[in-house]
Amino acid sequence: MAKRIDVNDLSVFYGAFKAVEGVTLTVEPRSVTAFIGPSGCGKSTVLRTLNRMHEVIPGGRVEGKVMLDDDDLYAPTIDPVAVRRMVGMVFQRPNPFPTMTIRENVAAGLRLNGLKRGKAVDEIVERALRSANLWNEVKDRLDKPGAGLSGGQQQRLCIARAIAVEPQVLLMDEPCSALDPISTLAIEDLIQELKSDYTVVIVTHNMQQAARVSDRTAFFNLKAQGQPGRLVEVDDTTTIFNRPSEQATEDYISGRFG
Amino acid sequence: MSALTQGTATPRGGPSTRRSVTDVVARVAMWSAFFLACVPLVWILGSTILKGGHMLLDSGWWTNSQNGITARRVGGGAAHAIQGTLIQAVVTAAISVPIGVLTAIYLVEYGRGPVARLVSFMVDILTGIPSIVAALFIYALWVTTFGFQRVPFAVTLALAMLMIPTIVRSTEEMLKLVPKDYREASYALGVPKWRTIVKVVLPTAFSGIVTGILLGLARVMGETAPLIILGPYAKSISHNLFDGLMGTLPTMINQDRAESLQPAVDRVWGAALTLILLIFLLNLAGRLVSRFSTVRA
Repeated sequence: MAKRIDVNDLSVFYGAFKAVEGVTLTVEPRSVTAFIGPSGCGKSTVLRTLNRMHEVIPGGRVEGKVMLDDDDLYAPTIDPVAVRRMVGMVFQRPNPFPTMTIRENVAAGLRLNGLKRGKAVDEIVERALRSANLWNEVKDRLDKPGAGLSGGQQQRLCIARAIAVEPQVLLMDEPCSALDPISTLAIEDLIQELKSDYTVVIVTHNMQQAARVSDRTAFFNLKAQGQPGRLVEVDDTTTIFNRPSEQATEDYISGRFG
Repeated sequence: MSALTQGTATPRGGPSTRRSVTDVVARVAMWSAFFLACVPLVWILGSTILKGGHMLLDSGWWTNSQNGITARRVGGGAAHAIQGTLIQAVVTAAISVPIGVLTAIYLVEYGRGPVARLVSFMVDILTGIPSIVAALFIYALWVTTFGFQRVPFAVTLALAMLMIPTIVRSTEEMLKLVPKDYREASYALGVPKWRTIVKVVLPTAFSGIVTGILLGLARVMGETAPLIILGPYAKSISHNLFDGLMGTLPTMINQDRAESLQPAVDRVWGAALTLILLIFLLNLAGRLVSRFSTVRA
């Protein structure tokens, strides 16, 4: 159920502004890859190009290639809506749909796409909530509003919602930055479990988090304000945090940045 | 020298004299403004209830029309006018709501560039059109150009012209209030944009949109100019929008407003109070809808 991502010489534009330049990296299936780097360096932007969510922003476009196994995500015949069904996403702020119950939220991807109805949905909801380590906390109140959960539970609900449509890849854009340490720990444990089934890419500002959860780490940086962001290096997480090959990486991870 | 020891600020004596004086002045100014604003409201409501209240207590008021009743005779009711006003309001809403809501969806979700700016500009202009101008425009179109009779349906067209821009504006505001997080969450699940709007954005904004519609409806129900120009008063009950005349509350008030005979005067006040009551109920309904909103925290 997991696929490999190959990014080749990718540049991202918003209108005339070049946000990211020349990114080449490979994300292995069934692994966790972390994107780290200072604010504005384009790590979230690159993450969004992996399921074409950057196109939601007016003027967003890319040059270069993104391959999901053998499929070119930017081939003219590819529908961005279909891409997003294969590559799920979890956002910075938990965003369960406010009009829906917990059950409806998890089933939203199926229901809104008109895919499945009836009993099969209940099974999928339970499986997704179990995978998101939320089932025991919510099984008695599935018909209560999703927005009534705590922040950490809401974020796990969003993860359950994303995996209920059985994507190949799960993208996480700073999923813990709005959560307290306990909830963060729960999400990090969950990420460790998810990688046995999914390819996970996580953007984080928290370097300890990157060190804890990821197998590979990509460091992004920008030369100066107003310049496009770029990928400085990508390697095994232990290598990045112990023997990085670039000086900029070492400065950043050791807090000597800027 | 620390800031605490200089000037008039004394930490022990509570707020400085100057600040407490300013506070009192601001309080008095705000409360007087509030009471001043309430005076006409209370006055209108009070005199309407005093002079027209007894008319509404008679059950015949709600069931009988003025058919065959002259200004000097007591009796009859406002059923014809109440029904006329409600029928025209419903038809006006049926015309305005789809056009207004769809325009707002276009402006918020799809509109980019010069076309959207043009539409938005036109809505602004429409918002400022006086009701008499809307009425005369429909008259020029319906009667002068097409040669049709003056019928209640033409009234609803003129009222729709007044109601559409208010619906567009209120719906637009409500749609903008829906955080983009929800749209993104839906897109990321592989839901197409139109489905996201129908299944996520509109339900989230639903109660606000309905409230806006009801408030807009309450406003056009009291409009009188289109009624005088396009829908002359009739004393009998009529439900046909395309033939003949249909009485309404504003034209009922207008009909007898110059009469000095007591039965007619009473009926004018009664009709005025009935209209206020209907609009009040619509406003109340608008507020209640938000209670039954499906958005739960």
